[in-house]
Amino acid sequence: MDKFTTHTGVGVPLKRSNVDTDQIIPAVYLKRVTRTGFEDGLFAAWRNDPDFVLNNPTYAGGSVLVAGPDFGTGSSREHAVWALQNYGFKVVISSRFADIFRGNSGKAGLLAAQVDEKVVQRLWDWLEDNPGGEITVDLESRTVRAGAGEDAVEDSFDIDDYTRWRLLEGLDDIGITLSHDDTITAFEVGRPGWKPVTA
Amino acid sequence: MGKTLSEKVWDEHVVRSAPGEPDLLYIDLHLLHEVTSPQAFDGLRLANRTVRRPDLTLATEDHNVPTVDWDKPIADPVSRTQVETLRKNCADFGVRLHPLGDVEQGIVHVVGPQLGLTQPGMTIVCGDSHTSTHGAFGAIAFGIGTSEVEHVLATQTLTQARPKTMAVTVNGSLPEGVTAKDLVLTLITHTGTGGGQGYIVEYRGQAIEELSMEGRMTVCNMSIEWGAKAGLIAPDQTTFDYIEGKPEAPKGADWDAAVAHWKTLRTDDDAVFDKEIELDASTMTPFVTWGTNPGQGAPLGASVPSPDDFDEPNDKVATEKALQYMGLEAGTPLREVKVDTVFVGSCTNGRIEDLRLAASILEGRTVAADTRLLVVPGSVRVRLQAEAEGLDKVFIAAGAEWRGAGCSMCLGMNPDQLAPGERSASTSNRNFEGRQGKGGRTHLVSVPVAAATAVRGTLSSPADLTPIGA
Ligand code: SF4
Repeated sequence: MDKFTTHTGVGVPLKRSNVDTDQIIPAVYLKRVTRTGFEDGLFAAWRNDPDFVLNNPTYAGGSVLVAGPDFGTGSSREHAVWALQNYGFKVVISSRFADIFRGNSGKAGLLAAQVDEKVVQRLWDWLEDNPGGEITVDLESRTVRAGAGEDAVEDSFDIDDYTRWRLLEGLDDIGITLSHDDTITAFEVGRPGWKPVTA
Repeated sequence: MGKTLSEKVWDEHVVRSAPGEPDLLYIDLHLLHEVTSPQAFDGLRLANRTVRRPDLTLATEDHNVPTVDWDKPIADPVSRTQVETLRKNCADFGVRLHPLGDVEQGIVHVVGPQLGLTQPGMTIVCGDSHTSTHGAFGAIAFGIGTSEVEHVLATQTLTQARPKTMAVTVNGSLPEGVTAKDLVLTLITHTGTGGGQGYIVEYRGQAIEELSMEGRMTVCNMSIEWGAKAGLIAPDQTTFDYIEGKPEAPKGADWDAAVAHWKTLRTDDDAVFDKEIELDASTMTPFVTWGTNPGQGAPLGASVPSPDDFDEPNDKVATEKALQYMGLEAGTPLREVKVDTVFVGSCTNGRIEDLRLAASILEGRTVAADTRLLVVPGSVRVRLQAEAEGLDKVFIAAGAEWRGAGCSMCLGMNPDQLAPGERSASTSNRNFEGRQGKGGRTHLVSVPVAAATAVRGTLSSPADLTPIGA
């Protein structure tokens, strides 16, 4: 996994709440057996609408999604995170994320930055005045920034310490766990014999 | 201070804990299916890793298998690739698989319990959000993403922050004809789809204790639909009776030791939950959804709400959007909503008890002329059991389609889909836009409502049906 310290990229306003994973990537797009190529299914239903934000050339190359509350609810499909990443998103900003989506993001290296609802609104307003403008997300200082001067938006975002550390270090989960192999083996020795096995 | 049930089960599985870090939790059973596992196995191969405990791992094919012609090669090339990839991965890594055609094949959350692999006090995970179903046995069971699937395959553990605890106490008894599904749909409309977020929920109280294991599974199954991390129910005699004698249940002295332990799995009297909700079962009625998330529901006897019925601006907008998508007029009595397709099945309501209930209502009746009824058993065992009891004949005589086992129209990954604009009454768990097919409109319902709706062609409960012989 690549280290994540800070990212600056075009902000994309997604002015919807309760964006569930079926909207992020509908089930019919899940049938791939690799980890790449899911960008074609991202927001597939909405992309048929010419007015949908991702169809606006201003936001081509967008990498910071600014979404309404309760982003990523519904199915646990991690494909939702991959679809966002495959498309080019590095960060999703929202005032509330579904638990599984947040977990999946941290593990795959997509930054889910939780901010106050007012900050989302200010970023949307700012993007309205500055379409195609860039947002900077600094994981080190946990801040989001857009613009300069009078109408600049700058605020902090929330992310748990552990996920932040792992993103900063670019650490792979399994590697960290396997460094405790002895502890796991010791635990296994103590498991009751009547616990079921499949083999 | 005492501990809650979920705290007890959690603590028994902590391999390692360190301040400021999530716990490292041991996983007793890891269930796999064809959709969320290929990339996990891909990851293992890339990193030259193996499956640590194939003997605690089980795979089935369910999400996109066909429910007709299941003895022929799968027609859809992508579905076939996923299924074939699972078969190859299981063979390469030594994982037990119940493929299409096998007598133990079926929806992963139906197969675990019916094999007796799902037991109290376990930790169970699967790359599927309805893994919470297994909580009905007093297990901590939850859905995980594909990276976590890879992590469990490689280490048999998961790093997890300890969730908060919530009690949902359902007092009183459910009235006759009101089911576990109505109970949980009522609860979700009460809490909203985010109400359980961050919590492991324990369902308790008289109405929960009076539920069969099938009913308890229906309730726990839908925990994720109101945002809970997991939902569980303390094991009792109902639980032990269900497990005893199942193929993978403990036997002899092991059984006694297991039951002795399971009996300790109750919330202590002095334990404190972070949050508590109370509901009264005795006032519950058949309950259906009218919108595009499981929290947008109402009693069957009510009418389609209007955006003006809601105070929160967000709810107003959501209602307006939902009504538009669903093609519904505010104020229309729900009983007058015409339904094209009825789906009985899924990991929520695709068990033998569900099929018996549906058959008891359909016996001697016929499906309305322009309505189609699909009955899809949750597993091959359920199908065989239903056929042994002659339920298939009842369904076919009523004009229903009797299918093979799988997820089917619950998510429309196989050919069982709604056409754009088509309206369904479905015993499954999600009514999101397009869930059952692009443009499809889903009403979540209980099994009795599904069966009665199939007969009348509009949303109905068995009470609306003309008595047989009358
Ligand atoms: S029946 Fe539906 S909810 Fe259950 S596992 Fe299958 S797709 Fe998921």
